[in-house]
Amino acid sequence: MSNFAVRIDRTTAAGAPTEGPEPKAATRNACKLCSPLGAAMVFKGVRNCLPFLHGSQGCATYIRRYMISHFREPVDIASSSFSEDDAIFGGARNFAVGVDNVIAQYEPEVIGVATTCLSETIGENMLGMIKDYKERHEGDGPPLVHVSTPAYTGTHSDGYYAAIKAVLQEFVQPLNLTLSHQVNILPPMCSCADLRHLRDLCALYELEATIVPDYSDTLEGASWDAYHRISPGGTSVEDIAEMSASKATLEIGHTQAGRKDSAGVWLEKEHGVRREALGWPLGIRLSDEFFASLSLISGKTMPETVAAERGRLVDAYVDAHKYVSGRRAAVFGEPDLVVALASFLSEIGIRPVICATGSKLKGWRELLAGEIDGGIDDIETIAGADHAKIAERTRALEPDLMVGSSKGYPIARELDIPLVRVGFPIHDRIGSQRQLTMGYRGTQELFDRVVNALLKVKQDDSDTGFSYL
Amino acid sequence: MNTATTPEAIQVLTDRTDQVWTKGSGKAFKCDRKSTAGSVTQRACAFCGSRVVLYPIADALHIVHGPIGCAVYNWDIRGAMSSGPQLHRNSFSTDLAEKEVIFGGEKKLKESLVELIEYYKPKAAFVYSTCIVGLIGDDVDAVCKSVTQVTGVDCIPVDSPGFKGTKKSGYQAACEAAFKLVGTGDTGGISKYSINLLGEFNIAGEAWMIREYFEKIGIEVVATITGDGRVDDLRRCHGAALNLVQCSGSMTHLAKKLKEDYGIPMQRVSFFGFEDTARALYAAAEYFGDEDLMKRAQELVRSEIAKYAPTLRAYKKLLKGKKAALYVGGAFKAFSLVTALRTLGMQTVLAGTQTGSAEDYEQLKEICDPGTVIVDDSNPLELAKFVLEKDVDLFIGGVKERPIAFKLGVAFCDHNHERKIPLAGFEGMAHFADEVARSALSPVWKFAPRRSLPRVTQNKEGVSA
Ligand code: SF4
Ligand code: SF4
Repeated sequence: MSNFAVRIDRTTAAGAPTEGPEPKAATRNACKLCSPLGAAMVFKGVRNCLPFLHGSQGCATYIRRYMISHFREPVDIASSSFSEDDAIFGGARNFAVGVDNVIAQYEPEVIGVATTCLSETIGENMLGMIKDYKERHEGDGPPLVHVSTPAYTGTHSDGYYAAIKAVLQEFVQPLNLTLSHQVNILPPMCSCADLRHLRDLCALYELEATIVPDYSDTLEGASWDAYHRISPGGTSVEDIAEMSASKATLEIGHTQAGRKDSAGVWLEKEHGVRREALGWPLGIRLSDEFFASLSLISGKTMPETVAAERGRLVDAYVDAHKYVSGRRAAVFGEPDLVVALASFLSEIGIRPVICATGSKLKGWRELLAGEIDGGIDDIETIAGADHAKIAERTRALEPDLMVGSSKGYPIARELDIPLVRVGFPIHDRIGSQRQLTMGYRGTQELFDRVVNALLKVKQDDSDTGFSYL
Repeated sequence: MNTATTPEAIQVLTDRTDQVWTKGSGKAFKCDRKSTAGSVTQRACAFCGSRVVLYPIADALHIVHGPIGCAVYNWDIRGAMSSGPQLHRNSFSTDLAEKEVIFGGEKKLKESLVELIEYYKPKAAFVYSTCIVGLIGDDVDAVCKSVTQVTGVDCIPVDSPGFKGTKKSGYQAACEAAFKLVGTGDTGGISKYSINLLGEFNIAGEAWMIREYFEKIGIEVVATITGDGRVDDLRRCHGAALNLVQCSGSMTHLAKKLKEDYGIPMQRVSFFGFEDTARALYAAAEYFGDEDLMKRAQELVRSEIAKYAPTLRAYKKLLKGKKAALYVGGAFKAFSLVTALRTLGMQTVLAGTQTGSAEDYEQLKEICDPGTVIVDDSNPLELAKFVLEKDVDLFIGGVKERPIAFKLGVAFCDHNHERKIPLAGFEGMAHFADEVARSALSPVWKFAPRRSLPRVTQNKEGVSA
């Protein structure tokens, strides 16, 4: 490898190591994406919904490509394709034409409209445009749901949660009844397999889950025998309407738990659906909490199959604890995932010495402090991180492994440590949408991946190359 | 409902009917337009266009002025390689926050630039404006001027907010920016037989292969613009005697400026496929009118073809008669692909580009077979429609087209900037054949529902035909 090809963020144009203080003002190799991407993920989880970004078309195309590279599925996102004039005089006409074209081409049941930095900056009157649309179609066209997602105020995580709330606010209907077998789940940005697993787990407790968003089929579907203009799957508007009748809402994700304006809080206040705020159920402790909630809601004790999974997981922890104990990891990604990973790793004896997220989250350290087993004195918690910062700290602390998206690869390669790929995006491996990171089963899968990554290092590093470890 | 079992079930938008054309239909055809709102164009924005073109300049600092998304979605995703500096592979952004959107981002831009230049010591800096920068009233030119003064490193604004025209306008902005460097370097020692290669981005090392051909026949390549690019090469590229323009859509503007200001003639070429590569080498040799050059060119072509022709013949046997669709960025690539596919015994039944010009399409219409559908600035639904209608076996495109093909059980070959396999030149043609064959001849298609006949359905009793 040439001198240049490593430490790309620390090498000058002439190939020399950089010197002097690290640049601070610019973001270098961001560890976050922009909010409309999160909103688009949510809209992909509503049945027959087409995401629509109000602004210039580049944002939509970039986001499409980014999601396609991860999920390897069609991701059509429309745009109002602003021209220079629209940017100055407003894009109302483009919006109207765009929406009508989307209807003509896609026949969607819902159009999910998210703003972009551009439409936010010029202060587009989205509600007015939507009202115009309704009048024009005299109540006939598909409903539009709108979420405000200026990327300059948050990250893709914020866009994701904001869109969940917008979808609920638009479609949940007041119903004066409670269906005791029905439960709402508001998941964090997780894999398609996780969403399926959540549904199956609820079924084991004889609960029927309405999950918003549920992109498990739309972003990991079968091979087709015909072309689907919109990928099949997703939660229907009818089911969302009835979420007010659910017995409870499981709102998953640490960052949402403390919020007073989350989607789950709104459902509770507006429709009286009890909210259970939970962490991402990764690791035994957080999974225990999750299953306890399911028991509480359903009135059922833990099903035998789940108990057996837990038993096997504990057994696996014991079998492999020596391989992981005392190891150190750098963890990065969306805040909710990082908290879950840090909690899980600390639970098995790996110190998550770097916990970094691109979100500029207030109270990041406190949030982690509550979830990391064994205290956080030895833990660097970084909010608003970029990959240059993560690289700098990883070089300094020399952990044994990294856990996060494929964007961690350059530094993992430089330091010759394994990268266990979790989160979004994974652009250099196949199948991340199928990987579980929830419940005992998901914990088991990730645990095995972590242990095996460390075993591989041990084996590869040995002079003898034993095939028996 | 939302399922289209027949091509007729997918409607082409009324606004777009004259951007879809069938050879032999006698209908009018339009192109070079801004994308229709709500069409789900495969095009990105003007900013993206400028970013693509300048990205490979490896010893320059590239900073995106705007909110984070515009910068982060193209961080290190392209296959453009550098033989030395890798600075271009970083993603630098001013990552504007709300307060800067309100009060302006000039201060942050200035600070960012000064710090980054001090730290990375680039040969020049390109500053890309994204959509909101113009709106919030930042004077990027002024910031660039003052940072140039302070640091002594040329800071060049790239005026390409996404909404400004199409991707093509971004190409133009990139050419304008690059041209600012031209003419500032020493042209001493440049051979009289010298060329610049414009529109060659060194995806997977392609520029190196092509450069070697020219060097072998005795022609000096002053600058590849912008593949494996260096600021100093741009500074002295006006010393070359001839410009060969490959990706014409992106680089014609620069070639024209080089012609106007420095009198360097240009020729459109392509290095894709045996025929086009050979033609490009001959064109250069002929231009210089030196018999030795021509002789060496002929020798090189002969020996290269001898090397790879048997491979191609073997593939042709296997691929003969298959039908291909292609949807690519520029039109010149499309012509070459049609020819290259013919070399493999395949017929192009659907051809389209994101940014072709009227002139390009005339040529494309010419070389295509009757019945071929030609689309301009198409979208996923139209592409799916014609894949169904023409019963396509292979799709050539980029990442955004891949799932359309795969979902319908159609083979796919990536021919975009993200690919990591060289497809240019003689050797590249062998890779291309290999890429096509690996997908088209894979045994997996028999399981794809659209390909498995008789249809196998799963029922409770098990699998039945
Ligand atoms: S303008 Fe905003 S919404 Fe569009 S890509 Fe950039 S950051 Fe994302
Ligand atoms: S904001 Fe403008 S420049 Fe940025 S990606 Fe969107 S269209 Fe392109």
